[in-house]
Amino acid sequence: MSDLVHLTIDGKPIEAPAGTLLIDAVRKYGIEIPAFCYYEGLALQAACRMCLVEVEKMPKLQTACTLPVAEGMVVRTETPVVADARKAMLELVLTNHPLDCPVCDKGGECELQDMTFRYGAGEGRFNETKQHIDEKQWSPVVFFDRPRCILCYRCVRICNEGMGVAALGIANRAVTSEIIPNEADHLNCDECGMCIDVCPVGALTSGPYRYKTRPWEMDHIATICAHCADGCKTTLGVRNNSIIRANNRDHSGLNGDFLCVKGRFAFDYGASQERLQTPLARVDGKLEPISWTRALKTIAAKFGEVRQRGGAFGVIGSNHTTNEENYYLQKFARQGLGTNNIDHHRTGDVITLIDALAGKGGQLATVEDIYNAPAVVVLGCDLSHQHPMLAYQLRANVRHHQAQIYPITPGPVREDNQATRSLRVDKGGEVEALGSLAAELKQAGGVVILYGDPVKGDAVRKLVDFGESLGVPVKYVALVDYSNSRGAIEMGLTPELLPGMTPSNTGGMRIGQMLASTDLDVLWVVGANPLKNRAALAGKPFLVVQDLFRTETAEQADIVLPAGSAYEKNGTVTNVCGQVQMLKKGIGAMGTKTDLDIFALLAKEMKLDLGPATPDALLAEIRTTVKGYDVVLAVLATGGAAMTGVNGPVAIDVPVDAIHSANDTMYTSGSISRYSKALTSLMEYPGELYSGKSK
Amino acid sequence: MTFSPELEAKFDKLMKSYPPGRLRSALVPMLLFGQDELGSITPELIDEIVNRIGVTRLQVQEVLSYYSMLHTKPLGRHHVQVCTNISCLLRGGDKLWDHVCERTGLKNKEVSADGQVSIEEVECIGACSWAPAVQVNYDFHHNVTREELDRLLDGLEKKQ
Ligand code: SF4
Ligand code: SF4
Ligand code: SF4
Ligand code: FES
Ligand code: FES
Repeated sequence: MSDLVHLTIDGKPIEAPAGTLLIDAVRKYGIEIPAFCYYEGLALQAACRMCLVEVEKMPKLQTACTLPVAEGMVVRTETPVVADARKAMLELVLTNHPLDCPVCDKGGECELQDMTFRYGAGEGRFNETKQHIDEKQWSPVVFFDRPRCILCYRCVRICNEGMGVAALGIANRAVTSEIIPNEADHLNCDECGMCIDVCPVGALTSGPYRYKTRPWEMDHIATICAHCADGCKTTLGVRNNSIIRANNRDHSGLNGDFLCVKGRFAFDYGASQERLQTPLARVDGKLEPISWTRALKTIAAKFGEVRQRGGAFGVIGSNHTTNEENYYLQKFARQGLGTNNIDHHRTGDVITLIDALAGKGGQLATVEDIYNAPAVVVLGCDLSHQHPMLAYQLRANVRHHQAQIYPITPGPVREDNQATRSLRVDKGGEVEALGSLAAELKQAGGVVILYGDPVKGDAVRKLVDFGESLGVPVKYVALVDYSNSRGAIEMGLTPELLPGMTPSNTGGMRIGQMLASTDLDVLWVVGANPLKNRAALAGKPFLVVQDLFRTETAEQADIVLPAGSAYEKNGTVTNVCGQVQMLKKGIGAMGTKTDLDIFALLAKEMKLDLGPATPDALLAEIRTTVKGYDVVLAVLATGGAAMTGVNGPVAIDVPVDAIHSANDTMYTSGSISRYSKALTSLMEYPGELYSGKSK
Repeated sequence: MTFSPELEAKFDKLMKSYPPGRLRSALVPMLLFGQDELGSITPELIDEIVNRIGVTRLQVQEVLSYYSMLHTKPLGRHHVQVCTNISCLLRGGDKLWDHVCERTGLKNKEVSADGQVSIEEVECIGACSWAPAVQVNYDFHHNVTREELDRLLDGLEKKQ
């Protein structure tokens, strides 16, 4: 298929691999053929006829969205005949279109509006009265306005093919055709909003976004989603210092057009009424507001005093803070406080994998590998729920490259629908079960293996042994939960490892030990909620908590500092595959400081010399000193993802019992979900797909 | 739900008629045969088909709403369909339709109180060469005149 074909477009000679569709082939040469129904990566529809072009020796205008390039083809994309045809198509599309652009959310970024402008189809010859049909609400996030719909079927296809949900269909035919939801008057689906995103017009609109702004009144800030570990790029639509919308506007990055329900709608947690806006200190047993200055002075004095007398510190870091924050926090703990009692909630066994792959190099899969691998095995994870973007890429791999996929799980998962074979095994038995797939995987010629938290310690080694025995290229992903779970491990937020997975060779307490210890004088919790179950601490340490909310852990604190969310800071995060990307500050939140600023102010107050504490300076330090993180700055700065090259051996005993995924679903995000109005409103729609009720 | 042995046999045959992975192709004929036996497409019939061929309810809904010969409300025992599409129109199909409405006192897609007759104005039924054409259940009547139509309707009343 990769033979190049030569053809002429608008007088220009161009080339493209055989099999390329004309509409795609011309793009590289700066020519845009208009399209409503064509959507890259989805099945062809050829419903809208906007892409009509003239092709020499072909008697009629051809649809560029279905026509593969051919040697010697001569194509004209903008001639009077073509323009007339497009104008006529628009006239038909507009027959019953309400033209309510002034009050339509899509106005200003509507493909129909743009096309009408481009082809001057301002007048129609139809004088029938337009049929009004009332708008419908299908879920808390999806609204449908029938008269605006141009029946391009993009929404139906993205839901069928992209999401694997198939919640949208088409009822009736001809002029009465309309898009319908799967439950008569409402949707029972992922609530991902992909259908809204792909809709070229304002027919599908978003509950949280509608009527809040005109698109051109927002600033668009490209950053990384704050929720799961997949690392989707998202564009925050910001107005008056508040986030109004999230969509991956330019389709760049690891996720392309994709965002799941959390990425698309759960940016709102930071704007929760429950957000902390001032530091709190315990006075007479109750948490009372105090000033930042007093809070920081109190903490610095306490930390200094405990350090002075050789007391014991414990530090618990976060799965959501940036690499720079994590790196600086461990420096603070190790150099500033002289403790190696530092840990975070571990959600997957990355360390054993890195050790088992020591010296092999290039065997950590990227998101792109999941999209390209001939075969993909998923062990012990409900991928569509826990890693929505990886699952989306996997579905695309099946559609575009006919990948073989093999879920190995205790119960049914969405991946079964496309699986070559699904294996049902009890938790913990996943690796054993792999043996039966050996022949097929060998045959496939290349494999990516994703494994969840049931696979840890020795099971990971057995997994790698199995992979090695296949004799074909095998790559791995150790699945972890949150936006920077990977960066927490690699920036040294465990007692066992310094940044770059260098063994610390020093003892230190893990979370469980810290909570159970009666010897700690200070416990410093940054962006984590280890006391979620409201258990009391065994000892009586001075408890400092940095968080966005009064979590269960914050409730027990002596001092609480209001921290910034991931959408309120700069820095980098490392996704589940080990790909580093840059966060860009979208908004600020009154009364809060970023975790990094808090660390820096405390260091200053304590007169510690820990080096510069800006995201840029720390990234520079990380790039030059942390093993595997010598990533190219230009890649990050231009919004790209840079693969890290952390390499083994990592000669430590991995405490496998400390590894537990929080098993979040599509609609939960650790301690964050309850503060997101969008997510809590969707809890009524728990995705019955999994209970099998809706199918 | 249980069907007659004849319908079961038809369903069985259909289930075996398509290549693997294409079972959903059986949807339209199953709906039609089911409708013939039950008088309309009932929720129970849909459930049964969904389970047998693994399509979603939404897919059934799409097909149901697309094809005009699939009905979710019971029709009369004799469903009289008068074509008023172009060929039939040119040969007086529209007048036949008016006549049927007048004689039965029914409107399009209505069923007589006794459940015996229902009428429907339909698009081309593929009998243009013998226009105007009328179809009663699965039987075609060609080159229909007003007199023939009356005889036809009389006949239906007698059959009651
Ligand atoms: S929100 Fe997502 S899952 Fe629901 S209908 Fe739209 S595309 Fe399908
Ligand atoms: S709702 Fe939007 S995406 Fe769906 S068919 Fe209509 S115009 Fe296309
Ligand atoms: S898949 Fe993960 S990273 Fe992507 S939008 Fe959803 S929660 Fe965010
Ligand atoms: S884009 Fe080609 S027909 Fe719609
Ligand atoms: S137009 Fe009546 S049968 Fe074709």
